[in-house]
Amino acid sequence: MGVDRQAQFHVLAVDDSLIDRKLIERLLTTSSYQVTTVDSVSKALELLGLREEPGVLSPDSSDKNEIEVNLIITDYCMPGMTGYDLLKRIKGSSSLKDIPVVIMSSENVPSRINRCLEGGAEEFFLKPMQLSDMTKLRPYMQKGKLKEEQQQQSQQQEEKNSNDGNVSHKRKAAMDDDDEVKPEKTRPRLSCSSSAYT
Amino acid sequence: MELANLQRRYLDFTSPLFHEGILDNQFTQLQQLQDESNPEFVLEVVTLFFDDSEKLLNELTRTLDQQVVDFKKVDAHVHQFKGSSASIGAQRVKNVCMAFRNYCEEMDQEGCLTCLQQLKQEYFLVKNKLETLFKLEQQIVAAGGSIPMMW
Repeated sequence: MGVDRQAQFHVLAVDDSLIDRKLIERLLTTSSYQVTTVDSVSKALELLGLREEPGVLSPDSSDKNEIEVNLIITDYCMPGMTGYDLLKRIKGSSSLKDIPVVIMSSENVPSRINRCLEGGAEEFFLKPMQLSDMTKLRPYMQKGKLKEEQQQQSQQQEEKNSNDGNVSHKRKAAMDDDDEVKPEKTRPRLSCSSSAYT
Repeated sequence: MELANLQRRYLDFTSPLFHEGILDNQFTQLQQLQDESNPEFVLEVVTLFFDDSEKLLNELTRTLDQQVVDFKKVDAHVHQFKGSSASIGAQRVKNVCMAFRNYCEEMDQEGCLTCLQQLKQEYFLVKNKLETLFKLEQQIVAAGGSIPMMW
């Protein structure tokens, strides 16, 4: 089959706070995820191969400068583009929309939480994040990986292309979106890391 | 035994910090993230916090000292301070920040100035305590022992 299930999941973490970046990086690494941290949404978009202005595709979006990301975890409140803006850009991109996005915030604002969940975020976490929150991330990454494999399998069948069983981990820029069933939305839930937040 | 005494001293010093609410569970979380591969993790994060906080306190002092106070700016600084203090478990500092933000919203300069005073007090208190905590830890490690954990 050639699927490397031992390969680590790669998480892209976006936060303008240096302390929080250090913290999230440590949390993720301790939980055996591979981590890349950036301090802004624009850097995140750059890494993912998207330009800042929506509708402008980078010419080589199918190849260069693209990293394989299994989950994006982003702070909500940042100067410039917010985590919500990043969420909308990801979900609006045909090549990136299936990457699960999780949002963190230091503030418990129900309207903000709902907005994010309705915008396609898998879950909303209150900061500071804790080790116990890390285990909640895995199912989203597994689901995403499974979906990617299924997509690639069906593409292979379609093209009748013998790929010598080597399933590439690179995300191809979708030329036309498959008519797949949208994944079930997880029931919106608020994850509180501590009851100290009123 | 020297080591046992050091360890007892460490526990006697650290316990009250939690009881008095100076530190909360988030600090313990940081300690849990420290291991042989990252033996200085807590110190690194806390040092970042110290640097960040002192910059913020200076900024806050300056901003509140203006003829016309830019409360949005004050609030942005306090928001950042609240976040970082929460992230390292400096509970009392975080609590003052929460009250501080209310005064910003009300554009109450007096209230803000009072909060700033309190903030400085709480910050220097937690800084002092943490510096002592790190010293005690260093002594234990130097004596060949391991730091007793609170959980």
